[in-house]
Amino acid sequence: MKIHLKIWRQKDVLAEGQLVDYDLDEVDQHMSFLEMMDTLNEQLILKGEFPVEFDHDCREGICGACGMMINGQAHGPVAGLTACQLHMREFEDGATIYVEPFRARAFPVKRDLKIDRSAFDRIIRSGGFISANTGQPAEANTLLITHEDAESAFDSAACIGCGACVATCKNSSAALFTSAKISHLAKMPQGKKEAAKRVLTMVARMDAEGFGHCSNTEACEVKCPQGISVLNIARMNWEHTKAALLKD
Amino acid sequence: MKTILSSTLSRKNLMALTGLFLCFFLVIHLLGNLQLLLPPERAEGSFNYYSDLLSGNIFIMMISYVLYFSLVAHAVDALVITIRNKKAVSKYAYDDRKQVSKWYSRNMGILGSILLIFLIIHFKDFWYLYKFGTVPKDKEGYKNLYVVVIYAFKSWWYVLLYVFAMLALGYHLLHGFKSAVRTLGLYHPRYAGYVQIFGLIYSYAITIGFSIIPVYVHLTHFGLWN
Repeated sequence: MKIHLKIWRQKDVLAEGQLVDYDLDEVDQHMSFLEMMDTLNEQLILKGEFPVEFDHDCREGICGACGMMINGQAHGPVAGLTACQLHMREFEDGATIYVEPFRARAFPVKRDLKIDRSAFDRIIRSGGFISANTGQPAEANTLLITHEDAESAFDSAACIGCGACVATCKNSSAALFTSAKISHLAKMPQGKKEAAKRVLTMVARMDAEGFGHCSNTEACEVKCPQGISVLNIARMNWEHTKAALLKD
Repeated sequence: MKTILSSTLSRKNLMALTGLFLCFFLVIHLLGNLQLLLPPERAEGSFNYYSDLLSGNIFIMMISYVLYFSLVAHAVDALVITIRNKKAVSKYAYDDRKQVSKWYSRNMGILGSILLIFLIIHFKDFWYLYKFGTVPKDKEGYKNLYVVVIYAFKSWWYVLLYVFAMLALGYHLLHGFKSAVRTLGLYHPRYAGYVQIFGLIYSYAITIGFSIIPVYVHLTHFGLWN
C-alpha cells in the first residue's frame, strides 16, 4: 500500500517545529506502525537525511515508551492500543497520516516525536511507593489480601505511564496517571499506612509540574492502552479531600 | 488549609459543591414555577402569594445569599480553572481528539457563558424588577409578578431565547451533575452508575420542565390557543 505522511519535525526543545511531507510507496499492511516508521527512517538515512526520532522499547504494548498522536488521536485511531500495536491495515491505501508528538506544557518536545515525560517520574518519586524495611521477606500469610482486592489493585497498577491520558485530555490533566498509582497503593494493606501523605504529595507534585484540571470528559479512559478506569480519579479526589481535611 | 485552597482538586471541589447547590436550587425554582401551568385564575393568586412568601422569609433570605455566592464562586472558579488549563496545554497541528469525548463535556465554559448571559437578562427582567422596580398589585395586595411573567413571554423571540438557554442548561447539567459527583469522590462503580442515570433523568426533567413554561404561557395567552 501507498501512504502519505505528514510528520512533525523539530530540531530541539527550543526550535519551532513543522509538519513535513513524506511518501512511502511500498508499505506492507501487516507492518506495525513503528515498523512503517523504521522503513521511512531507512530511506531517510540512505538519502543522507536525519531519521525521524521517536521513543520505543518493547514493541509489545507493555512498556509505555512509544506514544505519538496519529491522525490527531493518541496512539492512533484504535482504542486500547499503543502505537507499536497499531497495524497499517487500519489505514486505507493512499491515506494521509498525520504524526505528531504527545503535547502538553509539562511534556516538552525534545526532538521530532520524542518528548520529555520526566514529569511523570517526579510525580512517582514524590510518593508513589511504600516505605518498607529491608531484610528477610515476611511470611506471605501475615498479610491477607482477597483475590478481588489484589485484582482491583492490579487493574490500577496496569498503567504503563505512556502519557496518552495527558495527550488526549483537553486540559492536559495528569489525573488518570496520578490517580492510578494512588489507587493501586491505597487498595493494598501495605500502601494504606502512607495513603494520606502519599495523595497529598503526589497531587501537589502533579500541580507543580503544570498539568491542568480534570474536567471528567473521560477521553483519557477511552485512549488508555490499558483501559485504566476514570473511577480511579474519583478515588484520588476522595482520598485527597479526606487527607487534606484530616491532616495535622 | 493551604492545600485545600490551592490544589487543582480543591478548585474542582468548589466547582462541584457550588454546582450541586445550584442543581438543588433549580429543583425548588422549577417546582415554584410549575404553578404557572395552573389555570390562569388559580395561577395568579397562587404564584403571587408564593413569590411574596419567598421574598419575606428570613430563612429563604439566608439561602438566597448562599445562592448568590454559589453563582459568583462557580463563575469565578471556572475562570481561574480555565486560565490554568490554557497554560497547561499545547496545541496540535492536527487534532481529532473530539472523537473520544462528548462535545458538551468539552465545552462547559461556552455553555456556562451562555447561561451567565441568560442569567443577567433573567435577573434584570424578574428579580431586579420585583425587588427594586414598580410592579402592580393584585386583588390580594401582593405584587403581581404573575402579570409580569405572562407579558414577558408575549414575544416569540423571548420564548425562543428561554428555550435556547434551557437547552444550554440541559447540556451543562448533563455533564455537570455527573462530573460534580465524580469530583467529590464517588468512586464506587455501582453508585457511580446510579448517579449517571439519575443525572440523565434530572437533566431531562429540568430542561423540559423549564422549557415548557414559556412555550405554554405564550401559546395560552398570546398564541394559537388563545
